[in-house]
Amino acid sequence: MNGKRIATATAVALLLAAALTAVAATRGDRWSDEQVEVLRGLSLSELEPLPADPTNRVADDPRAARLGERLFFDTRLSANGKVSCATCHVPDREFQDGTPLAQGVGTTDRRTMPVAGTAYSPFLFWDGRKDSQWAQALGPLESAVEHGGSRAQYAHTIAEHYRDDYERLFGPLPDFAAIPRAAGPVPDPAARTAWEAMPDEQRVAVTQVYVNIGKAIAAFERRLQYAPSRFDRYVDALVSSGTAPADVLTPDEVAGLRLFIGKANCTQCHNGPLFTNNEFHNTGVPAAPAVAKADRGRASGAKDVLADEFNCRSRWSDAPAAQCSELEFLVSEGHTLERAFKVPSLRNVADRPPYMHAGQLPSLEEVVAHYNGAPAAPAGHSELKPLRLSARERQQLVSFLRALSGV
Amino acid sequence: MKIAQIIALLTLTTLSACASRPPADQFGFGPRTSAQSRYTATIAPPDQPLKPRRMLKLQVTIRDAAGQPVDGAKIDVDGGMPQHGHGLPTQPRVTRSLGQGRYEIDGLRFNMGGWWELHLAVQSSAGTDRVTFNLQV
Repeated sequence: MNGKRIATATAVALLLAAALTAVAATRGDRWSDEQVEVLRGLSLSELEPLPADPTNRVADDPRAARLGERLFFDTRLSANGKVSCATCHVPDREFQDGTPLAQGVGTTDRRTMPVAGTAYSPFLFWDGRKDSQWAQALGPLESAVEHGGSRAQYAHTIAEHYRDDYERLFGPLPDFAAIPRAAGPVPDPAARTAWEAMPDEQRVAVTQVYVNIGKAIAAFERRLQYAPSRFDRYVDALVSSGTAPADVLTPDEVAGLRLFIGKANCTQCHNGPLFTNNEFHNTGVPAAPAVAKADRGRASGAKDVLADEFNCRSRWSDAPAAQCSELEFLVSEGHTLERAFKVPSLRNVADRPPYMHAGQLPSLEEVVAHYNGAPAAPAGHSELKPLRLSARERQQLVSFLRALSGV
Repeated sequence: MKIAQIIALLTLTTLSACASRPPADQFGFGPRTSAQSRYTATIAPPDQPLKPRRMLKLQVTIRDAAGQPVDGAKIDVDGGMPQHGHGLPTQPRVTRSLGQGRYEIDGLRFNMGGWWELHLAVQSSAGTDRVTFNLQV
């Protein structure tokens, strides 16, 4: 090889190297140590073991989970025999129903929330008005527009169809012969009147069965977890090898990820392995046209959970009151609570439109456009500031969100 | 006013408007001196690094300007993220007085990683003053 050839070969090699570097740079796969730390914190591999639920002594009993699973799918637990938990929390649809407002025996004011990962959340529902999975499960059962029944009805269902399984877990059922078929502190006038006429000890006996229904359902629900996504594979490979894998995320998805942890400020709320800080924020989401009553979100939810019949401090909780630190240090006043709603997990988010607490935004494109534009809140104050993302950047962010689905 | 002074002033104004992150030596568990030098406060380093999204308990020791531990103080706890303009998601407070100027703060939670300020408003016979910690979560 003569000198000229060597020079040419060297030049070609240098050009190739430069081109490859340029590709790597445009792929955006170079992450600083600090960024790798941020990414690691979002990986499902970083999710801590399931936290204990001291309010529910059967939370980790597999028999309770099996009973809870059957109850979850049982339509007898409703006023019309047609509604179960799974009616809205559809297992093969991320435990949600794909509609803006949930439909039980009537229509609710809010969007059905997914169930996976909720064992990690100190507060449940969009407004956090419940502080355990079992207390949450009891809400819809007596809601006039969801299951529409009453606790006495459900206690009878347990006695008639689940007696053995129930008694093995919770001890002997009381004699229900004298207890009305429908009775509970519910809007239905007949059931309410019947409830008010019952002696205290009967009400306690019925409520105890009702609470145990919730605890069994919670034992089932707390096992529902998210599956790892392509994003997790990407980050885990990056963390373990120090190099981002080239074949896991597309260049647009990587660019979207860079925006997600940077310019778009998403991790301000969507942080941790479940992509939620489990708090409540006002992001200026428009009012739902189909909902007549103004939704105050956390401003009412914080007060509701403190007064809740089934909260951590209640007689129905298995935790000593001293362990109820979420209630003890709860923020229950202040303008930041007005129209603040629960930050949902973003895992599998592409699989469950429409978005926001009443399904106001039909697509991820519209969600990103909302955060980009940062409109004023219909009430309270939005925490958003305009992001000034280009159309291409908005598309990249959406691409990244689609890579968060479990495979 | 000299040009250099104007530039310095402008720089200072810009910096405070952006709530820029303090230098590394301003971070940590103290001792930190209060705004009017009435107290110093020291947080007992926790067993683990401060992690977001979990309820935390901290122990703080308050001393007066002469270095004597201050017992019987009333301490209000507050905090937030200056770069994001939000406060703490919980209402932490002093739950126990442990003697020798030591107090237990419970109910503290940080809802994301990053730079957090923790403010202690201390009131005792030595006067009212405010201590600020910069914490990396």
